[in-house]
Amino acid sequence: MFFVSHLVNGLQLGSIYALVALGYTMVYGIIKLLNFAHGDFIMVGGYIALFSLSTTFFGLPPAVAVVLTIVGCMLLAVVVEKLAYRPLRNAPRISVLITAIGVSLLLQNLAQYFFGATPMNFPTHLLIPAGGITMGDVFVAYTPLITIIAALISMVILTYLVQRTKLGKAMRAVSEDTEAAQLMGINVNTIITFTFAVGAGLAGIGALLYGAGYPRIEHTLGVMLGLMAFVAAVVGGIGSIPGAMIGGFAIGLVEALVTALGFSEWRIGAVFLILIIVLMVRPTGIMGRSMMEKV
Amino acid sequence: MLKISDMNVYYGSIYAIKGVDFEVNEGEIVTLIGANGAGKSTILKTISGLLRSKTGSIEFDGEAIGNTASHTIVKRGLAHVPEGRRVFLQMSVQENLEMGNYTQSNKTMNQRIEQVFERFPRLLERRKQVAGTLSGGEQQMLAMGRALMSRPKLLMLDEPSMGLAPLLVEQIFDIIRELNKAGVTILLVEQNANMALNIADRGYVLETGKIVLTDSAKALQANDAVRKAYLGG
Repeated sequence: MFFVSHLVNGLQLGSIYALVALGYTMVYGIIKLLNFAHGDFIMVGGYIALFSLSTTFFGLPPAVAVVLTIVGCMLLAVVVEKLAYRPLRNAPRISVLITAIGVSLLLQNLAQYFFGATPMNFPTHLLIPAGGITMGDVFVAYTPLITIIAALISMVILTYLVQRTKLGKAMRAVSEDTEAAQLMGINVNTIITFTFAVGAGLAGIGALLYGAGYPRIEHTLGVMLGLMAFVAAVVGGIGSIPGAMIGGFAIGLVEALVTALGFSEWRIGAVFLILIIVLMVRPTGIMGRSMMEKV
Repeated sequence: MLKISDMNVYYGSIYAIKGVDFEVNEGEIVTLIGANGAGKSTILKTISGLLRSKTGSIEFDGEAIGNTASHTIVKRGLAHVPEGRRVFLQMSVQENLEMGNYTQSNKTMNQRIEQVFERFPRLLERRKQVAGTLSGGEQQMLAMGRALMSRPKLLMLDEPSMGLAPLLVEQIFDIIRELNKAGVTILLVEQNANMALNIADRGYVLETGKIVLTDSAKALQANDAVRKAYLGG
């Protein structure tokens, strides 16, 4: 039963990685930008959730806190895109990448300025009740259970959005050929804004689930989480939505497995080892396809 | 219907289009012919708003569109089938057509998709297939069908014959003629000058960013200089 509990831990962590990786991969798919500020959107989401839930601050009902966190992350992403990335739309990619790193540092420093450098405690059980269910002789707490279910539901909704709706199809069109998409009458800027908003919405859900599972909110929270999710996106195949989901769960499970084997201090190293192996054996990632050169 | 005056386009420091004027009247098939690099595609891209002219004006249907965002131009009835077809290779035939309908109402979409399938029955067989698996000719048909979904008054075609077998080229040109008969004005850019002049009413000859000659298609086909340079003697 030792094994099952580690499996659940891996899936819980993997769910969060996958949600965050989706934001990376969607933004990359549409404007070929590695949005290094994405991890920090989760940090901001974590603080929004903490302040709105915590009884020492606003003590809002969980449902309200959830909505505030998701909408807050979306707004932040839309504003960042508009102010920082859009003016650089025709600039070399490296300039935009450096800007993304700048935005990331700015968000971290603002958070440190306003909320201090001391980690704050996330009121986990105001979001997800304590306790759990027993299946056979295995006990599974509500937190991992709800995390995994919420992540899966988010993924189903996202897949529906991207595959079936007009906006989602337009996203795929812009991601494949921006110019041809413009010739269809698609407003590319609207679609880019929409993509940032959806990615950040998933980051908001990730922030809530992260807070519930690992209740320590600090201004550097997005750094490692963002990095691991980025690895997940690359392992899955950057630009591929199913790839980000698979990559996220894979990385989470690897961490859990290495921990279960008693090498918990090596778990991060193991993830990067996997990254190196994937990049050597299959540089486009699990689901990535090699881009055909356009003639 | 379309009136271009004093179009000047730069790619960075490269002066690509040097003061071009021309017009397309309602109901016509007009062709722009010229060698590789003469600037034919650049002109079409500028009309669609993907590139900008430094000076002059572009008038479509009596309205200036030289400074309008490219995504709003389609809605006015000006569709552009770009060079190399540029269909969405990872999307299905059906989805490509839906994208063509982006500016149009969803209510009549299915009916118009059926109309495209009537014109291009090959596409109906491939409806669920991803466009990347289609042959070059099928992709050209899809690109044209996709443009027709936006209900264009003026259809701009950039090298529709490129890379196609002669028989398919004939088919594509037959379809262009049919579309024109059905009331769509056509602006056709071609390297295959002979084919283009065969179906066109009028033509413009473009050389290194300038229009050097314009006449009726028949007269251009009879012109010695044109025959030497573009029609193989």
